[in-house]
Amino acid sequence: MSDIAEATGTSASKRSIFETLEIDVRLLGMLVAFFAIALIFTVWTGGVFIRPRNVFNITVQTVPVAIMACGMVFVIVSRHIDLSVGSLLAMCSAVMAMMQAYWLPSLFGLEYGSPFILVLTILIGFVVGTAMGAATGWLVGYQGIPSFIVTLGGLFIWRNVNWFTTNGQSVSLRDPNLLMFGGTEGVLGAPLSYTIGIAASIAAVAAMFLARRNKINHGFIVKPMWAEGVMMAIIVGTIMLFVGWLSRYPIPAGKLRRMFEARGQEVPEGYSAMHGLPISVLILILVAVIMTVIARKSRFGRYIFATGGNPDAAELSGINTKFLTVKVFALMGFLCALAALIAQARLQSHGNDIGMLEELRVIAAAVIGGTALAGGVGTIYGAVLGALIMQSLQSGMAMVGVDTPFQNIIVGLVLIIAVWVDIVYRKRMGIAK
Amino acid sequence: MTNEGKTPLVELRDISIAFGGIKAVDHVSIDLHPGEVVGLLGHNGAGKSTLIKCLSGAYHMDAGEIFVEGKKVQIDNPRDARAHNIETIYQTLALADNLDAASNLFLGRELMRNGLVDDAKMEAETRKIMGRLNPNFKKFNVPVSALSGGQRQSVAIARAVYFNAKILIMDEPTAALGPHETQMVAELIEELKAQGIGIFLIEHDVHNVMKLCDRASVMKNGELVGTVNVAEVTDDDILGMIILGKKPAHLAA
Repeated sequence: MSDIAEATGTSASKRSIFETLEIDVRLLGMLVAFFAIALIFTVWTGGVFIRPRNVFNITVQTVPVAIMACGMVFVIVSRHIDLSVGSLLAMCSAVMAMMQAYWLPSLFGLEYGSPFILVLTILIGFVVGTAMGAATGWLVGYQGIPSFIVTLGGLFIWRNVNWFTTNGQSVSLRDPNLLMFGGTEGVLGAPLSYTIGIAASIAAVAAMFLARRNKINHGFIVKPMWAEGVMMAIIVGTIMLFVGWLSRYPIPAGKLRRMFEARGQEVPEGYSAMHGLPISVLILILVAVIMTVIARKSRFGRYIFATGGNPDAAELSGINTKFLTVKVFALMGFLCALAALIAQARLQSHGNDIGMLEELRVIAAAVIGGTALAGGVGTIYGAVLGALIMQSLQSGMAMVGVDTPFQNIIVGLVLIIAVWVDIVYRKRMGIAK
Repeated sequence: MTNEGKTPLVELRDISIAFGGIKAVDHVSIDLHPGEVVGLLGHNGAGKSTLIKCLSGAYHMDAGEIFVEGKKVQIDNPRDARAHNIETIYQTLALADNLDAASNLFLGRELMRNGLVDDAKMEAETRKIMGRLNPNFKKFNVPVSALSGGQRQSVAIARAVYFNAKILIMDEPTAALGPHETQMVAELIEELKAQGIGIFLIEHDVHNVMKLCDRASVMKNGELVGTVNVAEVTDDDILGMIILGKKPAHLAA
């Protein structure tokens, strides 16, 4: 024990504090890494890195990969892999782009801005994504083809069905409702952002109290109230700091003028507005929360982890592991469609190469976040944090002028080092897997 | 036996299953009465585990019938078996190593609260049953991979016992255990017998069979050599059945 404490530079008393707070040491390590990256780039860029504008951009850029990484956690935990997510994203994006730009307007004579375009495009996109994922899951679960092969094939197939769908041309997107999912075009503004932040804080505190009461009702020993309070303060503080920071990023005057012109008004004298929370980031947060609840508190999630831990045991416990595989991949497909909606709106166009190599970033995010490729182990928050770390690294390096090849080399190294550190840590702690 | 003429708790009639032309189980019939322990013996590959997996739903038999309390039942998967109160403790224990004891105990039958898994309730129930089965068990919040062989065994046993099993299948429950834990399992079997539960015990150790079982069915090469009352035979008789595949002369009427 003592040599571990020395090796990690943590004293015995500190360790017990983390134990009292019931903080996952792995999460703590990732947070430390994340803050170290943020600190280094903030100093290096003379403070530009941490400005609201850059924080806003990084979070918006993280969203598509982070959303898919949430699904990838389930896929990898159940001992599978999905190499086709980038192509699935492109395919969903192609269908949604063609829907909103050509098919719906020409078939039904719908105008841009029509709610039907919004609803139908999203609906069809989600159905296509979920169906493609389910098809993958059926081939893997019921036909027993290794997921590596099925999704490697899918990588080629969907990328090129996408090409065929759009004739290889870029589709520029102009439907104002759909562009709202991109980030800067769809922000909630400061007042609404603060409201959501406060509501989320209340919900988080209430959830912690409920969990605590349920434990007490069953006669378990709970952590001391001060520890609970510290955790609540950290969580509420993080939420409000994040929301407050994004609410300090002003919308440029030129854009404000255009927004008012669109409504036939003039910008009042001295008027300013803040970006606040982007809709896409709100969607990511919702996805992460829902996926965490599924992972920890639903039968579906429990069965995914059980199957990853021991597929035979899951089968013998009466779990239909074949159908479970279909559901896992269908969910992955759905999240690819959601990521596609956001990615194409951010770029305001569908390009042939959208989502190219994204599968590798998604897998890397999940793995950096602590998902074990052997299955059975992984967390949603880890994957989101992994995606955020990778994006911060890439953005930071771009800001300080590191050349693109070096950026990618460093991201690759970080992936390997993250897993290496994890393996060393587990060995020292005597954790088998 | 006093059970003659009564309806058995479970009856396997003429069960056959083949894997790619090899008859793993060949027209075997065995039965089990309430409060009775029937030992299943034979060499490795004799077909004991395969036969029992037809009953637990892990395998799908090619031919034959299963009766539970006189009624013919269809068992296609482990869920069907559980629905008929047939619980199995597998030789491999069938535990998800990455989950804690409570999650394993309730795997496939989670306790729910408002549509969500109620971990606190499940842990409380696990603590209760473990307090009865293995009072030394304290590791409730770690993955079962961190447990000793005996502790893992008690999780697997608790899982089978908790859900009011009527028919219990134990596949070499003491194979990985030390003497003290083996004794605990023996006591548990006595206790379950007293509650009227019928137990199929797959066992290699003839000594254990003589001690724990009421009857013993011996298999060889997928066929049933015979079923004997343990009280009427000696260790050597049973060993003879296992090795030679013949019923002892004084019983072969």
